[in-house]
Amino acid sequence: MSVTGKDSGVVVLTEVEQRKPTRLAYELLSVARQLSKESHGLVCAVMFGSNLQDVAQELIFQGADRVYLADGESLAEYQEDRWLSVLAEVVQEVRPAVVLCGQTSIGSDLAPRLAFRLKTAIATDCENLRIQSGKAMATRSCYGGKARAVVSFRQVPAVATIRPKCQNPLKREPERNGEVIALRVDSISSVARTVRVGRRSEGAGDAGLENAEVVVAGGRGLNGAEGFRLLEELASVLGAALGASRVACDLGWCSTTRQIGLTGKIVTPDLYIAVGISGASQHMAGCGGAKTIVAINTDPNANIFKAARFGVVADFKQVVPFLIEDLRQLRRSEV
Amino acid sequence: MHIIVCIKQIMDPESAASGFRIDESAKKAVVADGTPLVVSPFDAQATEAALRIRDEIGDCKITILSMGPDSAREAIKQCLAMGADEGVLLCDPAFEGADSYSTAFVLAEATRKIGDYDLILTGRQAADTDFGVVGIGIGELLGIPVVTIAKEVLVHGRTVRVERVLQDGFETVETALPAVVTVSNELGEPRYPKLKQLLQAARKRMTVWSAVDLGVDVANVGSTGARLEIEKLFVPERTNRCEFIDGESPQQVAAQLVGRLRELNVL
Repeated sequence: MSVTGKDSGVVVLTEVEQRKPTRLAYELLSVARQLSKESHGLVCAVMFGSNLQDVAQELIFQGADRVYLADGESLAEYQEDRWLSVLAEVVQEVRPAVVLCGQTSIGSDLAPRLAFRLKTAIATDCENLRIQSGKAMATRSCYGGKARAVVSFRQVPAVATIRPKCQNPLKREPERNGEVIALRVDSISSVARTVRVGRRSEGAGDAGLENAEVVVAGGRGLNGAEGFRLLEELASVLGAALGASRVACDLGWCSTTRQIGLTGKIVTPDLYIAVGISGASQHMAGCGGAKTIVAINTDPNANIFKAARFGVVADFKQVVPFLIEDLRQLRRSEV
Repeated sequence: MHIIVCIKQIMDPESAASGFRIDESAKKAVVADGTPLVVSPFDAQATEAALRIRDEIGDCKITILSMGPDSAREAIKQCLAMGADEGVLLCDPAFEGADSYSTAFVLAEATRKIGDYDLILTGRQAADTDFGVVGIGIGELLGIPVVTIAKEVLVHGRTVRVERVLQDGFETVETALPAVVTVSNELGEPRYPKLKQLLQAARKRMTVWSAVDLGVDVANVGSTGARLEIEKLFVPERTNRCEFIDGESPQQVAAQLVGRLRELNVL
């Protein structure tokens, strides 16, 4: 599959939160710009929501050549049939070599649908995507994070979802020019085969996990929900976000939105303190990008120690209270 | 009501990382001696979801469907032991080397052949490749709705009601049957079969279909029908060295740890 043929350029699904493109949206645009150098085409962003003209300009400043706005009441919230219709229509018009989405709730649901609609190749949760010898290639982890695969796409367009925090956004260029196109959404199929009948958010507090500089996380070794009270104190004195392994969430010791791992959140803090976490591959896939990992575990052979910079083989109930006290004193002396 | 549960047999993802090896020339993970082959955990949860629906509504047949080598019979049997009624194994050298696309294609063709299904359940992703695409692909190819990442799956008449897991919470989605639902670990622990059920499972019906039985064009299956090609598969080198903090008492250990972190400007 050559990407310098008539299929060129990149279409990017840029998600918006509270009227701002997500950091991941900018990361995707950065990847798209690099790809468009090789595939000689335009970087076209697709954005859903109302009154987003000025937001569209931000996307242009961050690398988009063209922004398609899908503005309609029925399009504001994600509904897969409608969003797929819009995305497929843009892809049909642009004929890109690559389509990028983020590995998010929406991206991981929408991208495979698009790929099968187009009968094309899709790779999910990619760390990067590049063009090498005319072929689109992506690197992703597999086997729960134990291995890496480099895959190439046999079909155009190559559809990929990109893992957050693996690429850097480009520098904002406020002089960049681009086109903003408002899509005719009344002509888009409004057939929705599923209906959202309810929604509940889980604690605004832990939305901070993905952006936190310090994360404290607890696992099976806490032996119960009580252990999390102690970790909450530790997190508090560190100004850290609180997370958990999948096991701890499955056992009901804390909210599933705190889950860190391959099927939970991917975090990349400067400091990650793993308490009572064995370090199974699928968990490491969620925290492996942390700059410094400190692990506290009673098992000296726990897998987590293979990734940790510092290890403490001890019962957390013995060590953590002293940690909290020391850190409190430190805070007081620094003020 | 007829539920088809699509499962995949994989190497146990919980088995020690130390035993995990890749054959780089074959571009495959090596099944080391003694590595157990299991039902992919999310697929076991999909089977559990089917059984819970049957517990609730009563009249419900559950068929376990799997594409794999002959060893996959054991994975199907495990699900039959949990309580499913019959198994269908899709086994053919032509199916080998499949990617998500050609896997979804074969499974969709098999469900067409089985016919008369109301609900298709499968795990949100295979716990070896972690792609998360096949369930969605089956729905797309069959032209039926797909709801992903289910924590709970309830059936009322011709409607399925799914509680989905989002990054920041949950949402409840309804759709008409027939539909596909992919199941996530938030559903909870799958039931473990008793010995009696394991013995009974061996007597339940198991059908095996080849590419010819499905009537598929081999150009669309296995590695030939794959859209994605594996260029390289490897285990990244580990260069980490962990510094263990020692001390005569927990208090000393804590102080030592804080000291080291400050020295390195982490704190």
